[in-house]
Amino acid sequence: MLAEKYPNEVKKILAKYPPERKQSAVMPLLHLAQLEAGFVDRHAVVEIAGICGITETDVAEIIGFYTLYHDAPEGKLRLQVCTDISCALRGADEFLAKVCERLGIQPGGTTPDGLVTVEAVMCLAACDKAPMFQVQGPDGIAYHENMTVDKTMEFIETARKEVK
Amino acid sequence: MSHLLLRHRDIPDIGEIDVYKKNGGFEAFKKAVTSMKPQEVTDVVKASGLRGRGGAGFPTGIKWGFIPGNIWPHYVVANADESEPGTFKDREIMESNPLQFLEGVAIAAFATGANAAYVYLRGEFWPVAAILDEKIAEMEKAGFLGDKLFGTDYSLRIYTHLGAGAYICGEETALLESIEGKRGQPRIRPPFPAVAGLYGKPTVVNNVETLTNVPLIVEKGADWYRSLGTADSAGVKIFSLSGHVNKPGNYELPFGTTFRELIYTYGGGVTDGRPVKAIMSAGASSAVIVADDKALDTPMDYASVRTLGADLGSASVIVINDSVDMDWVINKTIHFFKHESCGKCTPCREGTYWMLHLIERIALGEDVKATTELLHAVAKQMQNKCLCPLGEFSTMAVTTAIERFPADFKASSSRAKTGTIEGGKHG
Amino acid sequence: MAKMVSLTIDGRPVSVSEGTLIVNAAKTIGIDVPVFCYHPKMEPVGMCRQCLVEVGRPAIDRATGQPVIENGQPKINFGPKLETACTTPVSEGMVVLSQSDKARASQKEILEFLLTSHPLDCPVCDKGGECPLQNLTMEHASPQSRFLFDEKHHAEKRVPLGDKIWLDRERCIQCARCIRFQEQVAGEPVLAFYQRGRSTDIITSSEPPFDSIFSGNTTDICPVGALTTADFRFGARPWEMKAAASICSLCPVGCNVTFNTRREAKSRARTGTTTAGGKVVIKRAMPRQNEQVNEIWICDRGRFEWHYVEREDRLEKPLVKKNGKLEKVSWKVAIEEIGNKVKGNKEEVVVLASGRLSNEDLFNLKQLADGLGGEALLYDSLPGGELTTKYGVSAGTNIGDMGAGTTILVAASDLYHEAPIWHLRVKQAAERGATLIIVNSEATRLDKYAKHLVRCEKGEAAKKVRELGAAVKDAKNLVIFFGADGSSALAEACAELVKSRAGKPNNGLVGVWPRANDQGALELGFKPAQDLQAVFEKASVVYIVGADPIGDGAIKTQNVKRKPFIIVQELFLTETAKLADVLLPAQAFTERDGSYTSGERRVQRFYPAVPALGETKADYAITALIAAELGIEVEGRSAGLVMDKLAAAVPAFADITYGKLAETTEQWPIIGRADLYYGGTSYQNSQGLGVPLGRENKKAEEGSL
Ligand SMILES: Cc1cc2nc3c(=O)[nH]c(=O)nc-3n(C[C@H](O)[C@H](O)[C@H](O)COP(=O)(O)O)c2cc1C
Ligand code: SF4
Ligand code: FES
Repeated sequence: MLAEKYPNEVKKILAKYPPERKQSAVMPLLHLAQLEAGFVDRHAVVEIAGICGITETDVAEIIGFYTLYHDAPEGKLRLQVCTDISCALRGADEFLAKVCERLGIQPGGTTPDGLVTVEAVMCLAACDKAPMFQVQGPDGIAYHENMTVDKTMEFIETARKEVK
Repeated sequence: MSHLLLRHRDIPDIGEIDVYKKNGGFEAFKKAVTSMKPQEVTDVVKASGLRGRGGAGFPTGIKWGFIPGNIWPHYVVANADESEPGTFKDREIMESNPLQFLEGVAIAAFATGANAAYVYLRGEFWPVAAILDEKIAEMEKAGFLGDKLFGTDYSLRIYTHLGAGAYICGEETALLESIEGKRGQPRIRPPFPAVAGLYGKPTVVNNVETLTNVPLIVEKGADWYRSLGTADSAGVKIFSLSGHVNKPGNYELPFGTTFRELIYTYGGGVTDGRPVKAIMSAGASSAVIVADDKALDTPMDYASVRTLGADLGSASVIVINDSVDMDWVINKTIHFFKHESCGKCTPCREGTYWMLHLIERIALGEDVKATTELLHAVAKQMQNKCLCPLGEFSTMAVTTAIERFPADFKASSSRAKTGTIEGGKHG
Repeated sequence: MAKMVSLTIDGRPVSVSEGTLIVNAAKTIGIDVPVFCYHPKMEPVGMCRQCLVEVGRPAIDRATGQPVIENGQPKINFGPKLETACTTPVSEGMVVLSQSDKARASQKEILEFLLTSHPLDCPVCDKGGECPLQNLTMEHASPQSRFLFDEKHHAEKRVPLGDKIWLDRERCIQCARCIRFQEQVAGEPVLAFYQRGRSTDIITSSEPPFDSIFSGNTTDICPVGALTTADFRFGARPWEMKAAASICSLCPVGCNVTFNTRREAKSRARTGTTTAGGKVVIKRAMPRQNEQVNEIWICDRGRFEWHYVEREDRLEKPLVKKNGKLEKVSWKVAIEEIGNKVKGNKEEVVVLASGRLSNEDLFNLKQLADGLGGEALLYDSLPGGELTTKYGVSAGTNIGDMGAGTTILVAASDLYHEAPIWHLRVKQAAERGATLIIVNSEATRLDKYAKHLVRCEKGEAAKKVRELGAAVKDAKNLVIFFGADGSSALAEACAELVKSRAGKPNNGLVGVWPRANDQGALELGFKPAQDLQAVFEKASVVYIVGADPIGDGAIKTQNVKRKPFIIVQELFLTETAKLADVLLPAQAFTERDGSYTSGERRVQRFYPAVPALGETKADYAITALIAAELGIEVEGRSAGLVMDKLAAAVPAFADITYGKLAETTEQWPIIGRADLYYGGTSYQNSQGLGVPLGRENKKAEEGSL
């Protein structure tokens, strides 16, 4: 339960918006709800609907619309490689293909130990630092820029030891 | 010349509140609140010729002037959604010179009579939002935000709001929907946000870079600002340079700098020393410019770029050398827009989907000539019918690539070596 | 009066009030701009882009502020882009071209976009034949698709959104009408879009799923066959069905409906609850437009709960009890049996009728009771409800007109469950600015629209209403809906508040009756039954029509010392019917004509939809037979003739004739016609808008409690 686990954060989020506009809190609350498990489960949907005074359907449609929200569990870390035009001009597609090859998965797939899911995503506003990816995980989102395949594998190995 | 916006490049710790203050920080805001009327602030900005840096280039002071005085409250929203492929300037400002940006937000709020301002950041800017939250807290502590500022009756609070992965939320009405906790789908206009914006109240939406200019304009005056740049494009601009260049990055330059200077003088030339083939001046939304000498020597300001059949937009300059074919380029842009179409209006929702199928057929070398013609027709058919500019944007590169680089649409072009990889949500 | 604006559309001049949207201005002169997302009952969203038209506006000289004149004509500037007729309001001197080359090309092009994702499975689609997308495709589409079949969007075709509504994702054209209906009209936002772009789908995530009592309306306004009812899915093709106008008989709102019927093939063994072979059966109930009653909506009860009339255990022949067993007899024998038993017992005759019966049935029953010197009692009514005949709302009342200045009090009633369309209309009145006050012991779905919410103990509503007195005194208009709170005190307290306003439009009492025609029964002089047990034990003859007091437990027969002679007139073998000495088979309201008086005191006609079953007769006709046998003159030849007698006898009904009840006037929005764009498949009303009672109220002003 969010209200129990993050009482201060929930309070802070609600304080950002006019009291009669609680619906505005739905996106930050979803970010919060997703932190631990990497996806938003039904309990969270019901709780957030209650906090915001909207229906569960209203919450579900937000999850569906925005790419950063997930309604099903995947790897603990989502490694999201930008393959958009600027990055692709600097070899992002090949980079993604090689990372996937080294991990033995397809883009969109998850390593057998459930640690990383590798996905291709649209521009992340880091076009001058390709190849790059962001990692969506228990601590939020972090960018990893000017990457090489080796550096990426190192990152994953370190994470494998830490995130268990 | 020293930097006006990317000031951290000259003053390394400008993001620290003491350093910022030591370098004149918050003097402009204080001056505005303690010695100017809101209307005077708006007038200075109007006179400076500052135009929006978010893409449309709308004069900022005029926009502020649209806020009616008979509907309250008012809001200021900073657009930090920065999702146009090839654009990465706002992020650098917020990461490294956040206080100047926040001071700009504060001045805009004062000028328009807003007591609350929101910074809407794309969801991926999670760490950037954390920086801003920290800076906002410091400003509150130092008395630059909060109640009764500088001993006046003026109160202001700034809040961050994170998006969650949707390019369309850069469109200002979709952005407002998103703050309201809804799907980020654009509203029909009129009414414009200046009349009915956030929560139905008068709202100014400005880009991060636009707002970051404001403290300097208030401090140094409209004439000083006008003296930089060109007649129709006053001041400086951050050019986000990416793609096939040796030194991609942000370059803060006066308007009127040529493409050649940007690419060769600042960007260190083209990757592998190959010739530039095409330029996209406004990211993926851009028409593609044939990079001939005339184009390279064109000054980058709003009016001059238009003579090349393109827009300067947010000045996200993507350089493409002759190693790739344009069918591959629009394959990328179509994928992007198909992924980002919000689905609200028919031509964009169906058109981007259809274009994607067509460009994939072309990538497979199937019936390339006829399919290219159909692709061109479909793109044309979308134009002037969409509810918001995204749908129109999605066609710009498509029609111009086919018209300006017809030779690149043939059965045996380079595409095969780099097919676009599908993946992620909404794939 | 709103300011009028003049413009031309396709060269034809039209004048409409300021703020009118182009699409509606065009509609008033018979020009149908094609629309999909636009619906006149909801906020425009301009998202489907089907309605793009060329719009020109007079050029204005900046210096003078006057229109620029060229060659004696105002110069018209056309913008570079087409504009959506559904979101653009008209302006003075505007020139709209909906049929220019550019506009027609655009309509065709948007249509092509829509069809890239639509399966065009019209031959198996329930909407086929009444589908605007199909119509427009026939008009515009090129014979050859430019879209490859295997590149078409494919999606699930059978997704239950709840028990009642099914979604075909492939057919959905993302107009959001269903979502907006649930959000804006029903106020139950349980449908939404999931994902985005071409992946956009309709979903519901509520628990339980899509269970709104208004859900069926989404299938009417869905412009394609994406939403269908589980009840009618694959039931019949629209062109195979006949339409009969009717009035929903399930609650006092009196929603205008249309029953669609079809003669089932001999080979078809069953449909729904009935053996069908060769019979004409009802396939579906659809709303029929009456802007003053139900607009273009009906609730799901009205849409789905008519099936009982086709149950297999309907009574088809008269029965008479012989040796403790009911045996089939002829009408003649049954009526004679009644004659023999009743003739000696006149003074102790009790007629117990239900508000399910029509005005005509009730009038005849009352005539009979009066003729025999007996009592005419209304079964199962609200205590004190007869006050509505004095202080009920009167002619000119329309919830649809109510807004700021009107106060609506809902006391001890849960309109959502008891009279759903009133819930919907009161909610909308509150949203338009009417002051809604709710007094109730329990929470209701209307509570969130109330300006004042008064919670009370059960049985205390009357007290709370009295305490409101001062608060509602100054309301410009005051309408009170009251339900059951145990005693007649509530009705009296409510009446006290509106007494001085009686006769004024949009003022007065509305009883939230359990039955469709309780109001009619009261108007005709029926007394609400009290202490039925005592009545039953005292009477020597009881004539029970359309009611099951024994099954309901209102009369307990175990210890009754002297059982009266019991005549029961019914559709089914109810517990009461089982005790009958004579059991007479009545026709269902779908098999005959008649009229009901709604809770808002509007008299409305219904018409036969299907042939009568077996030897059944209309209630009014049966009563006339009995009366004749007993030497009392009662009209029984036709419902219309009964109404003539009724109108002559009952002042409130004076002037009402079947002809008047069948009159209609133009209604806005225009729906249900061949174009099918506007309102969806709700039926146009060409069979009568009904007539409100009201003249009696002048007398009421002088009356006292
Ligand atoms: C599809 C679309 C995406 C946009 N994305 C952005 C964006 O990421 N950042 C931005 O500042 N403006 C963006 N805009 C422009 C905004 O709608 C708006 O014009 C701008 O924020 C106004 O600020 P300005 O006047 O300071 O430029 C976008 C517009 C469209 C149509
Ligand atoms: S289901 Fe029907 S009403 Fe709902 S969005 Fe789809 S087409 Fe429109
Ligand atoms: S956009 Fe006008 S009807 Fe859909």
